[in-house]
Amino acid sequence: MDLADLYRDVIVDHNRRPRNAGRLDCPTHQAEGNNPLCGDRLRLFVDLQDDRIRELRFENAGCAISTASASLMSEAVKGRSRAEVRALFESVHRMLTQPGAAPEAALGKLAALAGVREYPARVKCASLCWHTLNAALAGSPGAVTTE
Amino acid sequence: MAAVPHPPAGYDVARIRGDFPVLARRVHGHPLAYLDNAASAQQPAAVIEAVAGHARAHHANVHRGVHTLSQEATALYEGARERVRGFLNAASVAEIVFVRGTTEAINLVAQSFARPRLQPGDEILVTWLEHHSNIVPWQLLCAQTGAVLRAAPIDRRGVVDPDAWRALLGPRTRLVALAHVSNALGTVLPLARMIGEARARGIATVVDGAQAVPHLPVDVRALGCDFYAFSGHKMYAPTGIGALYAREALLASMPPWQGGGDMILTVSFAGSTWNHLPHRFEAGTPNVGGAVGLAAAIDYLEGVGLARIAAHEHGLLAHATEALAAIPRLTIVGAAPEKTSLVSFTVEGLHPHDLGTVLDARGIAVRTGHHCAMPVMEFFGVPATTRASFALYNTRAEIDALAAGVRDAIRMLG
Repeated sequence: MDLADLYRDVIVDHNRRPRNAGRLDCPTHQAEGNNPLCGDRLRLFVDLQDDRIRELRFENAGCAISTASASLMSEAVKGRSRAEVRALFESVHRMLTQPGAAPEAALGKLAALAGVREYPARVKCASLCWHTLNAALAGSPGAVTTE
Repeated sequence: MAAVPHPPAGYDVARIRGDFPVLARRVHGHPLAYLDNAASAQQPAAVIEAVAGHARAHHANVHRGVHTLSQEATALYEGARERVRGFLNAASVAEIVFVRGTTEAINLVAQSFARPRLQPGDEILVTWLEHHSNIVPWQLLCAQTGAVLRAAPIDRRGVVDPDAWRALLGPRTRLVALAHVSNALGTVLPLARMIGEARARGIATVVDGAQAVPHLPVDVRALGCDFYAFSGHKMYAPTGIGALYAREALLASMPPWQGGGDMILTVSFAGSTWNHLPHRFEAGTPNVGGAVGLAAAIDYLEGVGLARIAAHEHGLLAHATEALAAIPRLTIVGAAPEKTSLVSFTVEGLHPHDLGTVLDARGIAVRTGHHCAMPVMEFFGVPATTRASFALYNTRAEIDALAAGVRDAIRMLG
């Protein structure tokens, strides 16, 4: 078990300096996500214009994996349409759950999370932000949970 | 703790480690350092063999057959009950009910003892230190009866404020439920005094002893409690077995909790009659193998000696407290003057789950999270802590490995 494969430099960097941390004054969409087992908490603020994510910010309290995942996601989805975000979510999901699958090219920097797959207890840390984004875009006001 | 010699004279930790097969294994290429004993402790070969020996030679249903195996299984099961009685110094085996664990025991007391006695507006008093299993059964009971749950506050050391607790013992308080030892912080509660104050007001007392039994001698008659619950798997026995001590006069007054086989004397469609104590509270085929394992664990604990175990573990606690407190940005949560051997802590900028993963890669098992004590986490304003909890087989070298692992994790991720 090589910890360096889980805590890659990109992840450590995004944990130390999360991108797009904070909130939006007038989000068009928002949602809350909780990981009750870990106590991870996440709040996403989305500005969706003409079906594309113009801006996304997040506030969270969580581990390095969940913070880095939210930070990486915030960069990856900016400018994307809802359909593109859905396709990206499915690629991330395959990367986190399917053994042996090589990360798809479309994932870009998100491929840094591929090592999480070897740590089953941590997969939901990485996926919390994506489930929360789904809920926000679907207009579900209630909190999503990984349990 | 400074006065306690460490290791206690004649305490051979290497020999004790040899009694626990799992301690020989490696995890991710490192020797296992098992520091999650407050969640569940490992089993010595004597317990494993007792359970297997029962399955190999004596397995049958109990209290039913005239055949040899059934009689042997019954003798083993009832022998285990006598062993538990002695362990707790209860007056009679009629006061010992086998259950799945502490959680089931507390639910039994809530539903069978407390529910018929409560009126709307009556009060149940717990403390902020409780495990969820000593909170949620009472919340369910309050929803059923209209009773009100109150919680006595703690201070920054993790100690129940005695004056605030006393002030909450009101004219409507019908029952107090107390942890003997806090699972999240290790605080030992001054039970004899608290139980005495409750009893003087005619209030029933329930003790969650899950975290106490592997570390402290327990004497239910000296404590004076009405109910005392514990789980086998925290004290080197298998999961799925535990016991409830219940004062006989109270147990005799309680209606059955679950219906089924073994808890009846007669059944007819005109009505059924209930078995004698304690069988009235053990519906269905019990966990006979588990009870046999629990008796073997008691034999093992008493063979080593609880006083000697406590001395060894206090030495570990002092060493761990010193080694961890020396780490920059690390804060120990819980500083009660009387603690069992566990250290709960946070590290600024390092989430417990990341720390838990880094330590696991070095073969070190700790608990990370809220420890099923979310009110404790809320009180200290943290979502989670890392908890290292020690047992009779742990060593100073394992604690040194823990401290080195924490320092490494800070370098890597902090």
